Amino acid sequence: MDQSSIDEFLDEVVQFKGERVLFDARHLRWVDPNGMVGLLLAGSVAGETLGMRPRIELPDNADVQGYLGRMGFYSHAQKVFECEEDTSGAVSRASDVLLEITAINTNHDVHEIVDQVQGRASAMLTSKLGYPSSSVIPFSVMLSEVCQNIIEHADGPGWVAAQAYNWAKRLGRFVIVISVMDRGRGFKGSLSDEHSARYGDRWSDSTALEAAFLQGLTRFADPGRGQGLQQIRKQVRKWSGLISARSGTARISQVPEWDDSPPMVDGMAPLPGTQISITLPAVVGP
Amino acid sequence: MTADAPDPIAIDVGEVLQRSVTSLHSSLITRPTGRAVRMAIETQLRGAGTLSVSLIDFSEVGIIDYSCADEVVAKLLKQYLADERQDALFVFRGVREPHLLQVEGVLQRQKLAAVVETAPSQFTLVGTFSDQERQVWDRLEAKRAINADAVDQIAPDRSGVMALESLVERGLVFRSSKSGSVHALSQLVAHLM
Repeated sequence: MDQSSIDEFLDEVVQFKGERVLFDARHLRWVDPNGMVGLLLAGSVAGETLGMRPRIELPDNADVQGYLGRMGFYSHAQKVFECEEDTSGAVSRASDVLLEITAINTNHDVHEIVDQVQGRASAMLTSKLGYPSSSVIPFSVMLSEVCQNIIEHADGPGWVAAQAYNWAKRLGRFVIVISVMDRGRGFKGSLSDEHSARYGDRWSDSTALEAAFLQGLTRFADPGRGQGLQQIRKQVRKWSGLISARSGTARISQVPEWDDSPPMVDGMAPLPGTQISITLPAVVGP
Repeated sequence: MTADAPDPIAIDVGEVLQRSVTSLHSSLITRPTGRAVRMAIETQLRGAGTLSVSLIDFSEVGIIDYSCADEVVAKLLKQYLADERQDALFVFRGVREPHLLQVEGVLQRQKLAAVVETAPSQFTLVGTFSDQERQVWDRLEAKRAINADAVDQIAPDRSGVMALESLVERGLVFRSSKSGSVHALSQLVAHLM
């Protein structure tokens, strides 16, 4: 479960009409940060709808279990799902884990994340992606801004996770994947009061996404606001990366040449909150 | 220096950060952190003379993000420029390469400009400005200060004079109201460095 399959999964969760739900992850064979954080989001959305925590059957594959353990999935899952205790035992921090799943509720969390990630990011950005050592600063700035987006605009809880891994088949090089998701009010909800009238009938999740993602519109009158996402996009483009944001029924993407995602997808299920995924690829050798 | 020269003030942002934010975090990130630091700087400035030039020092700051740069740099400048008295001038020190993109980004977004030290004793204009403003500012920076009767050396024609007026109005150079001499801001804070 990764960026390519997450929307279908989340849509199914949003559209589920039953009284009880079981997340059957027993046959999961692969999950990236988008998949893990997406699972927590899905469980949280289902729990909110049902008024009770949904049940999850954890993966039976030892590799996936170990990987979820290394990313700190189980401790967060305990708060979202009815699930068995973490059976993977204590695991040491793996070299490919850039940032374990971390809940974002306050600005203090953002400080913790940026402080925590710097040492590991420096090593990973240079050794795995071939970026200059100075790239740790723009990377940390990007992480700070994308996490603040949850606190400033979502008015709801969220999670972030990041990991480096080898996209051998898909791209033939290492990538770092950052996933940030919340189940707050989303871009449309954040911007509606101030901007919906100007758009009239055209006001929707996709126009709200375009307004925030492409034009830097915010609900604040302050002209200094709204530049976080713009600057993140600029930095991701500089690193030939992919950034994609889903909010409600739509997803917008800034697509590099190595990916074929559509720039806009609309008509999905009305998922609460905002979900941002960033993929940074290794530099191609000379 | 002229008799009506602004009071020089040195403000270490790293120290202000430690003092104003009740945590051990050394990064200038998140908007509330930036707001707290700006308010602490403003409090410090309220104790200054009627006209001041502040050296805001980022040398000890590890990371500054766009939200903080907006609060600490752009909003600080904007507030004092909006004030009719225009009684505060600013020079930003220690804005090295890791900080420069963020500072430049927030200034350009609001069409502001600032005098910034990007390497030891190397000052530059950062943000939004015209070619004429840049040329006049560069000439003044090279000369450090110029008397009123020699202003044509830095602003030789009408467009240069207009650019100089704009630089004064934007708080990017200092002109003595008594003598009419014009000073590079870097010169006014040189003894603080």
